[in-house]
Amino acid sequence: MSPATAQPATDRSPGLLPHERLQHLLDALSRSGYECIGPKLRDGAILYEHIDSVAELPLGVAVEQGPGSYRVDMTDSRRRFGWANGPQAIKPFLFAPREILWRATQREDGTLVFDARPPACKPLAVIGARACDLAALALQDKHFLGGTCPDPGYARRRDGLFIVAVHCSHPAQTCFCASTGDGPRATSGFDIALAELDDGFVAESGSDRGAAILDGLHLSSATTAQLVAAEEQGRHSSEVQRRALPGRNLQASLFANLEHPRWQEVAERCLSCGNCTSVCPTCFCHSEAEVPKLDGDSSLHEREWDSCFTQGHSYIHGFTVRPDTRTRYRQWLTHKLGGWHAQYGRSGCVGCGRCISWCPVGIDITEEAHAICGPQP
Amino acid sequence: MTRDELPMEAEVVGRIEESPTIFTLRLRLTDEHLRHEYRYMPGQFNMVYLYGVGEVPISIVSDPHDPTLLDHTIRAVGRVTDGLARLKAGDRIGLRGPYGRGWPLREVEGDDILVVTGGLGCAPVLVVINYILMRRERFGRLTIIQGVKHADELIWRERYAYWNTLPNTHVLLAADHGGPLWPWHVGLVTEVFDEAEIAPDRTTVMMCGPEGMMRAGIGNLVARGIAEECIHLSMERSMHCAVGYCGHCQYGPSFVCRDGPVFAYPSVRELFKTRGF
Repeated sequence: MSPATAQPATDRSPGLLPHERLQHLLDALSRSGYECIGPKLRDGAILYEHIDSVAELPLGVAVEQGPGSYRVDMTDSRRRFGWANGPQAIKPFLFAPREILWRATQREDGTLVFDARPPACKPLAVIGARACDLAALALQDKHFLGGTCPDPGYARRRDGLFIVAVHCSHPAQTCFCASTGDGPRATSGFDIALAELDDGFVAESGSDRGAAILDGLHLSSATTAQLVAAEEQGRHSSEVQRRALPGRNLQASLFANLEHPRWQEVAERCLSCGNCTSVCPTCFCHSEAEVPKLDGDSSLHEREWDSCFTQGHSYIHGFTVRPDTRTRYRQWLTHKLGGWHAQYGRSGCVGCGRCISWCPVGIDITEEAHAICGPQP
Repeated sequence: MTRDELPMEAEVVGRIEESPTIFTLRLRLTDEHLRHEYRYMPGQFNMVYLYGVGEVPISIVSDPHDPTLLDHTIRAVGRVTDGLARLKAGDRIGLRGPYGRGWPLREVEGDDILVVTGGLGCAPVLVVINYILMRRERFGRLTIIQGVKHADELIWRERYAYWNTLPNTHVLLAADHGGPLWPWHVGLVTEVFDEAEIAPDRTTVMMCGPEGMMRAGIGNLVARGIAEECIHLSMERSMHCAVGYCGHCQYGPSFVCRDGPVFAYPSVRELFKTRGF
């Protein structure tokens, strides 16, 4: 950057955060009371966990993804966000995989007392959220907060959430966010958005508190060349995507094809394991269960993630509504790509491609949707 | 209503054995304020909580005129209901609710009402029958059609016989397999529709039971000229949260717990024809 073009960045003009100053952003967030959550390489995958230092971020890590495949490679790149996504990002931090809803206590005379068990939570700052995950977050917000009775645990954790988005620069072969309209560039729902370049991050704010954090970093303005490079990178990330859904609204098409032979064909490959629903950033199903204390005096009412691929999901008084994989896969896909339009005003798929990568037999949602909704042979 | 609504403590004030596996619990909320605040519509349900075991969705069968005593008719079929079956007067349980949308009973005042049920005694429509009989002058002809597989599965035999003696009330029963003491029809429930003297232009249908029976019944009734929007049915699906979050009762564009359990037929028609949703 030439000194002549370096000017203080305001919340309107994007600043440049050099790689070596990324730690300053984490420090500023910590000083503002946030616990930083960021991507780490662990057990051969990118996972979002507590971080204190940029040294924990996946420097030079590249990820190759395909149907049923996720492989990590080390490169000499200076980039820390040069990969598409891991199995999880924001969802587990808001929609907890397991949490206590309430406790029942039985007194000696047999009477019962119920008390709420609000989760203790610290405000989180998620570093490196992708556009697909922000779209998924907006959908989970609609589900858990949009109705007449907001979910208190989700609401409490959501209130404190600070988001540092990083525009996706290296989409995986499994990604199709361009076709769902959710990426690769984050356009809303963040406090700060970063475009990672070889010489640093083009940084812009998306909220007042994001602007306040950036102001405190006293960044110089990004150069026109850097802005163009960031723009170009976004365009490229969109153009290289090869997968696509056959349309943004498949509701009518899916429900018109409920007896399509493809449901049986995919059921013969599907293991009904529920991996797709576990990694999906919008799936919200959960079961409630009772965990009595061994002393018999109290009992916790808990909820944990559930999947529509399990036998128990559709069980009612001695009868399973969806007894086979065909009806379970059909339930999942017709809801995800169909029913969501009626319930939440858009598809439940944000194009992250996780269900493709993490499916043990490599079932590809885009391929199935084309087979069921596309032109009939 | 918020999701952090906790169960309310309720006392079992009575238990009626309806059959070897079906029983009715009469419950009263122990908190006086909550008891007097509680209101519900026929067709709505409560989440009934057994300490240390869990919750089940159970429809309320008593009359909404007295919401201080809440009757729940339950079949012992699983972990929670087996435990509930062992309760006796004085025992305490938890109650969340009422949830969902009930029968449109106020909207259809003046109509003839045709109640069609099947299976082992259908609690969600029992409340409809009782509601109408308590307000007889507000409704036209009441026809109650109940189908069972085997004659000996019919519970509330005396009740059906009694209802049949009431003015402007007609009971028709059918069993796929009759028996020496079965005075009613032997065959499918749809076969007794001919005897029901249905006036399609002023009849509202309320149904509950196995979906195969309801599918056949709806087809038959629509062919007789009853408008689809005059057919209401109570759906059953797995429910854990009862407020539209847990996803178990997701049904096309609806969550049965929140948008149902009672639906006007047109709102579920497309999926209702297909098994496995």
